[in-house]
Amino acid sequence: MDFIRNFPLFTIVLSLFSGVLCMTLGGRKAKNYTVCYECVLIGLCAAVLWYTVQNGAFTYVMGEFPAPWGNEIRAGVLEALLALVFLLVLLCAVLGGWRFLRLDVEESKINLYFTLVNLLTAALMALAWTNDIFTGYVFLEILTLSSCGILIVREIGRTTLAAVRYMILNLMGSGLFLLGVVLLYSLTGHLLMVPMRGAIAEIMAEGNYALIAFSTGVLTIGLGMKSGLFPFHFWMPDTYGTATPSSAAILAALVSKAYIFLLFKIYWRVLGWEVYEALPIRNLLFLLGILGMIFGSVSAIRANNINRMVAFSSAAQIGYIYMGLGLPGGCAAAMFQIIVHAVTKSLLFLATPRLAEVSGDSLLFENLQGSGLRAREAGIFFTVGSFSMVGIPVFAGFAAKLSFAVAAAQTARPAIIFATMVALGISSTLNAIYFIRTVIRVYTAGRGGADISAPRIYAVEHNDAAALLPVSMPAVRRITYLAPCLLLTAANVFLGLFSWIVMDLIQRGLGMFA
Amino acid sequence: MKEAFFRWLDGDMDVFSRFQEGQEGHDLPRQAWRQIRQDAEAGAVERMGGVIRVEQKAFQLGYRIAAVGCCLALMAVFLFMTANITRYGEENPRASEVAQRYIESGLEETGAVNIVAGMILDYRAFDTLGESHVLFTALICVMILLRIDSKNTRTAYEDYYRTLQEPYFPTDRDPILREVGTVLVPCILLYGIYVLLNGQISPGGGFSGGAVLGAGLVIAASAFGDGTVDRFLTRKRFQAASFCALSFYSFAKGYVFFTGANHLENHIPKGIPGAILSGGLILPLDIAVGLVVACTMFGFYSLFRRGTIGGGN
Repeated sequence: MDFIRNFPLFTIVLSLFSGVLCMTLGGRKAKNYTVCYECVLIGLCAAVLWYTVQNGAFTYVMGEFPAPWGNEIRAGVLEALLALVFLLVLLCAVLGGWRFLRLDVEESKINLYFTLVNLLTAALMALAWTNDIFTGYVFLEILTLSSCGILIVREIGRTTLAAVRYMILNLMGSGLFLLGVVLLYSLTGHLLMVPMRGAIAEIMAEGNYALIAFSTGVLTIGLGMKSGLFPFHFWMPDTYGTATPSSAAILAALVSKAYIFLLFKIYWRVLGWEVYEALPIRNLLFLLGILGMIFGSVSAIRANNINRMVAFSSAAQIGYIYMGLGLPGGCAAAMFQIIVHAVTKSLLFLATPRLAEVSGDSLLFENLQGSGLRAREAGIFFTVGSFSMVGIPVFAGFAAKLSFAVAAAQTARPAIIFATMVALGISSTLNAIYFIRTVIRVYTAGRGGADISAPRIYAVEHNDAAALLPVSMPAVRRITYLAPCLLLTAANVFLGLFSWIVMDLIQRGLGMFA
Repeated sequence: MKEAFFRWLDGDMDVFSRFQEGQEGHDLPRQAWRQIRQDAEAGAVERMGGVIRVEQKAFQLGYRIAAVGCCLALMAVFLFMTANITRYGEENPRASEVAQRYIESGLEETGAVNIVAGMILDYRAFDTLGESHVLFTALICVMILLRIDSKNTRTAYEDYYRTLQEPYFPTDRDPILREVGTVLVPCILLYGIYVLLNGQISPGGGFSGGAVLGAGLVIAASAFGDGTVDRFLTRKRFQAASFCALSFYSFAKGYVFFTGANHLENHIPKGIPGAILSGGLILPLDIAVGLVVACTMFGFYSLFRRGTIGGGN
């Protein structure tokens, strides 16, 4: 057996160990260690991606007992690609948010923050590689708890409130997911995904359609709640809007995507795609996805705070992914949207705090007037992210929207084509309204056009002289902020211009996903 | 119209400003925020002539009806499902394959008389590896939230009690608790160790033994004062215990996964089934899990009670 086949196991065990190790280190050491070992993990995942492109997917027995008795993980092109993207975005989020993290988090608790980030990495890795539905549940719990932890670490009132709400909904989602797993287990007698699929095919052949539909439905509601599917998206603005920037980027870009990927894996591997296509859940996801795209954007238009706006736009973007899962033949586009959204949303959440920093630490639109001129690099990052979310060609979002349209056009079912096109059109228009408006706002002089120093206005109104001080970054911190943001910007343009490379990998991955 | 457009382009005017959410006091103290909201509501009610109140009531009613409806629907689904899955004690013909293997060859393959221990620490050890880290994650979250630092001890009340160096309710002065504790604590700790060490040959194991040990520590701390436990479970030792237990677990199991998947010999003797040193790695893993569980339980207690583990910050 080739040695590279061990790498998925190494990524999980190494992350778990790093989490425990960071508890014993000091804050700065923990951060440096985390950055180093994330680089190692990126190398491991890149090697697995290369290996699977060359040799196809492989399963890896966890221990001496093979499939139906022991645990198992499985690596293919799609899993490796997503794991790699997750790790890259995570590294960028941690590095880019470091300067804000030191302000938001108590000095003595920074090592605990990195402990949680590493445990979260372990959970992301395990969810990417797992081939066992109960392993999925266990690491989903780690993901839930650690994401609540990195949210609450800011310790201001609003964040605590947001974290409590997020936790209640998430635990509810975990509970429903667990019930779904238990029901499927008692029906099939298996926990590994592939043997489960055989048993489910038998049950479907016997005509016990409702049993499968209900247990999958419960499971879908659980994961939908956790990832922010339309009627359950209301926790997003507070959660993403009040977290420290690193956490906001990680939560919005990665955590919800990991839940969706697990759901997709269950549809594909546990149910089998034919059974899934026969269930009404698919149409429901299509509908809820479209509703999420529209209502998320409408809420974003109503927001008066830039972070809340970006957070509501996540609800819309999650809607795209679910629409793709509901679209026949749309799962490649959905996977591409997962990558696009991870890359773009983390960039946006790293740009907004810097814009706020030069506007008297205010996220309100009225104070952000002209902030792109005061913090030029952050203005550019925000503009790139916004253009990508709107779907302007050259940027990643355009390629994602195009792939949804192509997937819909290939279905040859007029109703679906019509619904998808109309939804894409409305949603893109709404996206343009709030993102372009904000970009204009960030780049224009406000209140009469003469004065672009919103901090001054803010300082006068709030009687706060500190807001008048110029905010500049020391050179070293500037690089640790700029480098990850530039990397994410480059990734955005790359995905927009060369989307076919990634789409090709995704198609290959789907071909060997079973 | 044209003028308005250019004003919008300049950023002077916002077309959507009238649809915007109200000014939310994100960083205001809760009391001030509540006052603002009450004022706004009172103003709105006055302006709208009571329409808002009616709307709110209608919303509340609709919300409650929807909530009850969702609950009933979920209940119906679960009742339907439980009526259709295999009853307790009956054999599910489809589900027998895996269970049968565990029962029939579990002893031989894992060396553990206790099949449950064999299942969770050998057949499905990867899940248990995750599960013990779930506990650790929860402990870290509680630590972030409750460990005393400058951000969560701002009230004068708490500062006052901290300077007194006195626990809020000094239970160690309670003679009944102390006397009962003197009798109970050694027995509980001994029982915990017994359950922990016999996980592979009888019901018990890491999770249950660790919970008993943790309970013993909690009783010791509340009966003899926090200082008594602090003396042997300092912050450093607490960290060391968690670190050693979890990293031993990760690496021991990582080694077994590695050798198993690569078809290598793992050189871990299974021992004679029924003896205390049997079941291969199950006993050391049980001890590791037990340490983690005991640390987590006592950590929760200590953090909730006084915002620190082992004294100091």
